[in-house]
Amino acid sequence: MSPTIDSVITGTRITSGEATAAVLKLDAPVSFWGGIGPEGTIIDVHHPQHGATVTGRVLVMRTGRGSSSGTYVLAELIRLGLAPAGIILTEPDGIIATGALVAAELYGTQVPIAVVSAGDYDRIEDGESVTITMDGDTAFIASQ
Amino acid sequence: MTLTLTPEEQAMLAGEHGPAVALSMRIVTEIGRIRGATQLVDIDSVHIDGCIFYGQAGLDYAQKMVELGGRVAVPTTVNVGSVDLIHPTLVLQNTDREKWVAQGGRDLMQAYVDLGCRQTWTCAPYQMDSRPEVGRHIAWAESNAIVFANSVLGARTDRYGDFVDLAAAITGKAPAGGLHLDEHRYGDVVLDCTSLSAETLALDVTYPVLGYLAGAIAGVSNPVFVGLPADVSEDDLKAIGAAAASSGGVALFHVVGRTPEAPTLEVALGPNTDAPVHHITAQRLNAARQELSTARVDRLDAVSLGTPHASVDEIEQAHDAIVDSAPLADGVAFYISTGRSVFAECERRGLIAPLEEWGVTFVLDTCTYVTSILRPGTRAVMTNSGKWAHYAPGNLGIDVVLATLEECVASATTGRITWNRELFT
Repeated sequence: MSPTIDSVITGTRITSGEATAAVLKLDAPVSFWGGIGPEGTIIDVHHPQHGATVTGRVLVMRTGRGSSSGTYVLAELIRLGLAPAGIILTEPDGIIATGALVAAELYGTQVPIAVVSAGDYDRIEDGESVTITMDGDTAFIASQ
Repeated sequence: MTLTLTPEEQAMLAGEHGPAVALSMRIVTEIGRIRGATQLVDIDSVHIDGCIFYGQAGLDYAQKMVELGGRVAVPTTVNVGSVDLIHPTLVLQNTDREKWVAQGGRDLMQAYVDLGCRQTWTCAPYQMDSRPEVGRHIAWAESNAIVFANSVLGARTDRYGDFVDLAAAITGKAPAGGLHLDEHRYGDVVLDCTSLSAETLALDVTYPVLGYLAGAIAGVSNPVFVGLPADVSEDDLKAIGAAAASSGGVALFHVVGRTPEAPTLEVALGPNTDAPVHHITAQRLNAARQELSTARVDRLDAVSLGTPHASVDEIEQAHDAIVDSAPLADGVAFYISTGRSVFAECERRGLIAPLEEWGVTFVLDTCTYVTSILRPGTRAVMTNSGKWAHYAPGNLGIDVVLATLEECVASATTGRITWNRELFT
C-alpha cells in the first residue's frame, strides 16, 4: 500500500494563503518559464508529465528550476486564474516565491507555498486531496 | 534567524517614504526572510531584467509602481526589451501574438523609463561607463550580467530576477545573503586547462565552450579556472560567464591570475582546499562544441553575433574580418546585437557604415534570440556565442553551429556552413 498523509505534516511557510485541492506530484521539477504554457499545462516536451495541467492543483515537486523569468509566468497564471492552488517544495525557491508574492500584491490572490522535509515529501501522494494552512511561519498540510 | 531592519528600513516598510517604497520593501524583506538573511545591505546600482514582455502581469507590476509614484533610488540600468526602439520595424509584427508582444513590450519599456531608469537596453551594462567597484554591493539581474559583475569586476550581487530587481532599485536595498557574503564567494570546483594548446587558448570560440562545460560541471557552484592566459580578454570572460550561466546556474567564477578574487588558487579556494579537480582536454572541448552544434544541413540562413551584446572590440574584430572578405551570399542574413552606447562609439570610429554596406543588420535594445527578428523559414544559424547556441534552438526552433568569427564570416560569404569539428588541440 502506498503511503498517504495519515497525520498532519508541518513545514515552513514561504508565502501566505490557504488551499484545498488534489495533489499533482511531479516526477521531476518543472521550470515555469518555458516549462508551463499560458493555459497552465506542462509544455516541456522532455518532462515526464508533459501535458498535465497544474491549474487548481496543489503542485508538489522537490525544487524549483530554470530561468528567473518564471516569476512572470507564475504571476500571469495567477492573474488569469490558471495557477496551481498551492505549491509544496522541499527547498525554498526565490523565483516561485517572488511570482506568488507579487501576484498577491497586484491581484489580491494568494497562492500558499510551503517547504516540507524530504521524508514528509515522500508521504504526499499524487491525486490525494490536501489542505494547506499557515500559522505564523509554520505551514500545515493535512489530507482530506 | 530573523531579519532585523534598521529604523530607516522600518520606516520605509511602514509607508513613510510613500506607497511604492513600502510595496518594494515588502518584496525585498519577504525575499530576505525566505533566503534566511539577517539584515539588508545598501546597494550602489541595479540592473533590471524585467523589461522583456512575457505577459500582462509584468506590465501591471511596473505600471503599478509608476502609479504609486515610484522612482529608482540608485543608478539603474535596464536589460534588453522586446522591441528595438531605434529600428521599430526590425521586430516582426505579422501575427496577433507578435503585435501583442510589440505593443506590450513598448509599454513595458516606457514604464521603466518613467521610473527613472537609464535607457541602456543592454544585457552588457558592464560595457558602459561607471562600472561597479571591487567589493561593493549591487543588485543585478540577468544571469550573464550577474556572473560578469561578480567574477570579472569583483562586485557583489546575488542572483536577482524579475520583480525583485525593481523593488531593490526603488528601495536601494537588498537582502544580505548568498554572494553578498564572503563565505559563499570561494571557488569549490577546479577546472584545470593547462593541457590546452596556445593555439586553442587564442581562439574566440574556446571560451564559450569552456563556459558551457563549466556550467555543466559546476551547476550552481563556483568554478575556478587554472591555466588560462593572464591577459585573457574581458570579451572572453564574458563568453565564459554567459555560457556557464546558461548550461548551469553559475553566478561567480574565478580565473587564477586574472580575476580580482583569484591572485592564486589558494586564495580563490579559501577553505575549500579539497575541491574536486576536473581536467579540461581538447577532446572534451571538441565534444562539447559538437553537442551544442545541432545543425545537420549545409545551407546557412543567418549568422548571429553579439549575445551578450557585442563590445566595441568585438565589432572592430567583425569589421576587420568582413571588410576584406567576399560579399555576403544571397539569402544569408548577418546580425550583430549590441547596446546603444557601444553602437554610438563604433559609429564614431567609422566601423558601422562599412559593415552595414556589406550587409550586417545591427540589432539594438533587444536580441535575436528573445524576440521575432529572424526571417520566417530560417533553419540553420551560425554564432560565436555559447549562450545563443544554448537557447536559440528551444526559443526559435532553429538549428545552430557554434563557430569562430572567421568560420561565421567565411560561411556567410558562400552560404554553406563550414566548420572544423576538431578545432581544439
